[in-house]
This record gives sequence, C-alpha cells and structure tokens, in this order.
Amino acid sequence: MDISQYLGIFVEESKEHLQDLNTSLLELEKDPGNISILNEIFRVAHTLKGMAGTMGYTRMSNLTHKMEDVLDGLRNGRIQVSSDVVDILFKCLDALESYVENVSSTGSEGEKDYSDIIEFLSEISSKRKGAGEPVKKENKPKNEANAGLKLELNEYDKNVIQNALDQSLNVYQIYVELDQKCLLKAARAFIIFQILQSNSDIIKSVPPVNDIEDEKFDYFFTVVIIAKKSREFFEKELNSVSEVRKVEITEITRNHLETVKQTSESNAKHPEEKEYKPVTKDSSQKSAEKKVSGKTVRVDIERLDVLMNLVSELIIIKTRLDGIISDSGDRECSQTIESLERVTTSLHDAVMKVRMVPVETVFNRFPRMVRDIARDLNKDIALHMSGEETELDRTVIDEIGEPLIHILRNSADHGIEMPEDRIAKGKDKTGNIWLRAYQAGNNVIIEVEDDGSGINVDKVRKKILEKGLESEESINGLSDEEIIEYLFMPNFSTSDKVTDLSGRGVGLDVVKTKIEALGGSVELTSKRGQGSKTIIRLPLTLAIIQALLVMVGNEKYAIPLNSIREICNLDPQDIKYVRNQEVTVLRDTVIPIIRLHDVLDIEREPDSNKKSLTCVIVKKGEKLSGLIVDSLINQQEIVIKSLGKLLSGIRCIAGATILGDGNVALILDVNSIV
Amino acid sequence: MAVNQKQYVIFKVENDEYGADINKVTIIERMLNITRVPKTPQYIKGVINLRGDVIPVMDLRTRFSLPGKEADDNTRIIIIDINGISYGIIVDSVVEVLQFDETSIESVSGFTSNVNLDYISGVAKNNDRLITLLNLEKLISELTNA
Repeated sequence: MDISQYLGIFVEESKEHLQDLNTSLLELEKDPGNISILNEIFRVAHTLKGMAGTMGYTRMSNLTHKMEDVLDGLRNGRIQVSSDVVDILFKCLDALESYVENVSSTGSEGEKDYSDIIEFLSEISSKRKGAGEPVKKENKPKNEANAGLKLELNEYDKNVIQNALDQSLNVYQIYVELDQKCLLKAARAFIIFQILQSNSDIIKSVPPVNDIEDEKFDYFFTVVIIAKKSREFFEKELNSVSEVRKVEITEITRNHLETVKQTSESNAKHPEEKEYKPVTKDSSQKSAEKKVSGKTVRVDIERLDVLMNLVSELIIIKTRLDGIISDSGDRECSQTIESLERVTTSLHDAVMKVRMVPVETVFNRFPRMVRDIARDLNKDIALHMSGEETELDRTVIDEIGEPLIHILRNSADHGIEMPEDRIAKGKDKTGNIWLRAYQAGNNVIIEVEDDGSGINVDKVRKKILEKGLESEESINGLSDEEIIEYLFMPNFSTSDKVTDLSGRGVGLDVVKTKIEALGGSVELTSKRGQGSKTIIRLPLTLAIIQALLVMVGNEKYAIPLNSIREICNLDPQDIKYVRNQEVTVLRDTVIPIIRLHDVLDIEREPDSNKKSLTCVIVKKGEKLSGLIVDSLINQQEIVIKSLGKLLSGIRCIAGATILGDGNVALILDVNSIV
Repeated sequence: MAVNQKQYVIFKVENDEYGADINKVTIIERMLNITRVPKTPQYIKGVINLRGDVIPVMDLRTRFSLPGKEADDNTRIIIIDINGISYGIIVDSVVEVLQFDETSIESVSGFTSNVNLDYISGVAKNNDRLITLLNLEKLISELTNA
C-alpha cells in the first residue's frame, strides 16, 4: 500500500498528539491522582499506537503499546504515579518525538528500538501486576437496573447531570409518545425539540437526534434535558403540541445517579472498574470543549503564501490605479477606487488572520524545557505563562522559538539562583520565570522576566575594559542600560561562558540578529538582585506594512512607519558636533544625525545651499536618531518583497517594494542604519 | 533534436557574440527601469520589477570590464533562472537562437581573452562566427557564496 500520501497528515497529527501528551504529563506530575488526566494520556497513547500501526511503524507502535500497559496500570491503581514513572513516560515521549521527527525527514521511523525504555516499561507494568488481566473498558450498566429511568446513562451523561444538580438546575427525563396517526412524525418531533431547545439543554436523546430527523424511530422517543424551568412548564408546553399522545416527565435526582452507579458497580466484574467513576469536573468540561473545535480545515502553508502573494499583487495594482485616477481627476473613478481599496484592505486583513497562529504553539514546549533544566540544575523553578492566545504571523512563529529558548535558558540557568541561595537572600525558595505575550498596536510583545539575581553590570563593565571596547574614562559615562547593550554584541558572549559572567551573554547576539531579521527589536533590563526582563517586540505581519516614502538624491526609499517617531525640519545651523558625530538637540534630547546620502552612497549638496533640512526621527528600541532626507513623498501601504538570494544580506536595506508607477523602491532597514 | 544538441540564445555585447543555455533563460525583456541598490558590486546595475517580482540585474559590460554604453532600442535584459535564483543580464542586443552539436563546442583552456575565463564554459563555431558560451552559474558565484 502506498502510504506516502498520508505521511504529512500522520506527522502533523502525531505532533499534535505528542504535544497533548506533553501537556498532560506535566499536569499529571503536578496532580498525580487525577484520573481524567490519566485517561487523556491513555487516549493519546492509544491513538498514536493506532496511527503508527496503520502506517506500519512497528517500533513506534510497540513502544506505545508498552506505554499503554503502564498507563493502564496507573489508571486502575495497580501502579502508583511516582516521579520515576513520570520520568519514564517523558522518555517515551522523547522517543516518540524522535520517531516522528525521523518519519518527517526520511519517511521511515528509523532503526532505534529504545529497548531500555521498553524494558523499563515492562518491568513497571509486570512488577505490580497480579491483580488480574487488564480491565475491559466497556461495562455499561444494564438497562433494567436503572430504576425508574428509561435511558442508559453513561459516565459522561452522569457527570453532566451531576454538575447540573450541583448548580441546582433541574434535570428531567422526558418520554414523548406521538399519535399513531401522525403523518409527519419527524416534523412533530422537530417542533418538540425546538420547544425543548429554546428552554433547556438537551443532553441526551434516544434514539439520537439524527435518527429522529430521518424518521428512524417508532412513535416515541426519550430525551434528557437540563433546565431552569419547572416540570409543569414543560408538561404544559409539550402537551400543547398537537398529535402528541403522551408526555411523561421524570425528574432525575442524585438518587438515580447513585442507583446507576451501584448497579454498574455490582455489574462490574473487576473491582478496578471503580477507577473509572470519579471522573473529575474538569474532564467533562474538557471533553465538551473538544467537541466544539471540530470545524477546521488544514491548509498547507504554501497555499496561504500563494494567497498572500496574490493579495499583495492586488494591493500593488490598486495603488497603481489610484495613482492614475487621481491624476485624471475623474470623481466616479476615484469613488470606485475607494470601494476597491476598502475591499483590498479587508481582504488583506482576512488573509492575514488566516495566517495567524497563537503563540501557544511555540510556548507549549517551554514548560517541559524549564522543568528539565530545573531538574538538571537541582533548582526550583516555576514558569508562569500568559497570553498564549496572542496571535502572530506563521512566519514569525516559526522563527521565534529558538530565540525564546535562548532567553529562557539564560533565565533558568543563570538568572534563577540555587534554592539555598534564594533562601539566604530572603527570597522564596522557588524561582519564578514569567513568559508573557500581548498585543500592543501593530506589535506583539513577548516578555521574559525572572526574579533571579539579575545582571552583574560591574562585571560587564570590567569585561568591556578587558576587551578594550571602551576606554577607562568613556566607560564611566555609560549608563547601565548602555552597558547591558554590550551583551548583545557578537563574540562578547562566548568568552563570558568561561568567566561565567552571570552568563547573560550566551547567544544573545544570535537572539538579537534573529529578532531583527524579523523586523523586531529586543531590549534587556535588569535590577541587580531582583532579576531581569527581556522584552521582544515583533511586527504582526511581515508581508505588508505602512511606510513613508522619501527622496534621497533622486532615488525613492521607504521607511517603515512603525520605526518613525516624528518628522521635523532642521536648520542646518542646529547641527552640532559631538566627538565627530553630528547631533542635534530636540526638546532637550541629544539625537545623533545620520545622513542617508552617505549611508546609501549618494552625492549630496552642501548644507549651505539649503535653508532647512528634512529630518525623519526614527526609534530603535528607546534610542532615537535623525535621518536626513531630501524630501518626503507620502505615506503608503507597501508590500515587502525580498531582494532575492543574490542580494540578501545587504546592510541598511530590508527589502524592496513595487510602487504605483511600477518602479522598485528599496525599504530601509532602520535597525542596521542607526 | 538529437540528444547531444543544445540550444543557445545568442546575444551581442560590444563586438562579440555570446551564447546562453536556453534551458536557463526564462524570458527576454526590453530595457526596464532599474533601481540602484547601494552596497552591491559595481556590475549589479540594480533591481527591476518583473511582473511583481524584484529581480537583480547585472551589466555584462561592467562585468567584462568593457566601456559603458547608453541603453537603446536594441538593448535587452535576459532573465536567467538557476535553481530558483533569478537574475537578469543586460546585453546590447539579442541576435538569434542557435543549435550546437556538443562536439562542436571547444573548451577554452589555453585561451587568452579579455573576459575572465571562469565565466566561459566553451566556444562554439558556427560557419566563421565564434560564439562564447557563458557559464551562467559562475557569473553570480561571488554573490551566492557570499
């Protein structure tokens, strides 16, 4: 059988399941007694086993099979949840991940057997066996035992009912019999369902609603509803429907649930069966949630890219039309163009939203990572995450993981102190790392904060001097923030690993490069002894941005609007020199001046020929700089195009865009210019 | 077409005729507006908008250290695609498409030429015309390796 066409789906789904498994395992570790988490883990392992089996990955299915044995033991209490067991389950997870990784890269699961894990698993499951064979799950209570109830209630129903009763809602079983002469019984039933639905929640129906709609029932059916309204109300409402012969309403009480429980227990052949009953509240909620999230379509990201490109093209053409029509001055045309603009803008927004992925997809691997680091280092670390639902463009999501890992590692490894040191400092034994994401305007901010030791600025100062990057006297003029900036310098980091300069430099230059390549920025603040905070700012989307078009010489350049602070006119006389650097003073702030002509190798007239200079004030993090341009053209929505592989890596140019007249304008990379 | 036959787009720069493997030529365009890109080698004239794609263009005259020439009606940009990397070359004019037998192509070792030999994959003879066949990968190797 050719299974290659299912490979993609297999890999995607496996990854999802593995992620679920990861989350559940972490929960299990915190709450070992929770049977619903165990059930969830069992379910995932079982699904994976099935999938691997279908695809012919015998090693993978063998491993999951052994996992199931252990999980089954855990579920029915033969095996106690201990850190050893959780550890081995985590190892299984890792092994499964590497299988899936292999499958996605080579198409086969690879040669590794992980026999050590399998052996350990069998040891665990066999050691504590003896209570009998694994229990069969299906052991439903028998109908006749349900005193007074016409329906069989399964665990899930009982749970829902239990919850409803807890909230002092009424639960009724309603038996409806239609008149034998009724012609359109499905329609009748439909009316009854309508009445019920608008006044209550129908949680069960026998026969199922679908069958009733298809007239696949005799003249009666039974439903279970949860309602606030009284029994009399329903009696009256239902009896008012014509062609109804009989309505019987029975209130379901706790007693019913109890009897159901008892009967099922007495029916159960194995005492272990008990373990299935006390399903906790949240599991019923969870399963309800899962049922809702069914209406999605998996789309290849490449198709979305194509769609995005087409939208980009459309916007370019719209801009072009706009240019032509505003020249001609035809009113009707310009109104049409305005409508077109509204449509393209909404279309762009819609496509962008489709490409948005919650940061959760990146965040969800971090709890495990922090847990592992904490265990390795014998530290006590709690990771608090918030804003996982914040959405970012898929391309950004793909790139952001690695930098975040770096930062989190730094925090866990070097920021958070050993428990005994923390106690000595009067801090709580458990170190905290906060990972937050939120949207601010057109940016998404991701913050990593810890309450560890913070950065030892004095050590960094020493390091800077050692490396001869600043002179003795100039370094005293630098603020702590400016000193911390040095940690982002390439090569500054590698050497501090040796001296263990609170480690903050490790890979920070990589982080910075990566984030800036995405059009974002990184900031690092720190308070000695109280911890440090890394703030990452990212653009919502990469493909289309607002930009200011400017003239430099006779060339047009685009400056991304989100990096522009303001625009002002400068008198050439206002430009002063500080250490050979041109600066100007704007509202008491000294701002360095950058001549774009010089940066872009364009000849420029001397200032003496001009009365005033146009200055675009841009910001990079908190730092401001003034870019001198010849004139401003306008503000425009531009589509960012790459310059291609041949011209990649040109400093000061972030990309290109196509203007309304069909010409290409380059987009300035403000971060690398200032 | 026989297996060992290859087609080439023949074009002129200064007084010499050159050939480009037709399998690597996507399209031939008239002269377009070129936007200069700073911080690139001299021979990169800039980028053009080719139906929505931004593509770098190389001036073969500068590349071959020949004197510059204003673009005219005959000037063409030949768009080359090498494994997904696109670039254009500006040539004085495009002449025709010719088919060469592989045996009629001579290697260039031992030649002297004002064109760097690295850029040449061979020389083909067509009656009394000598056509220099360009190595289109080598032309951009400095940029791809950078």
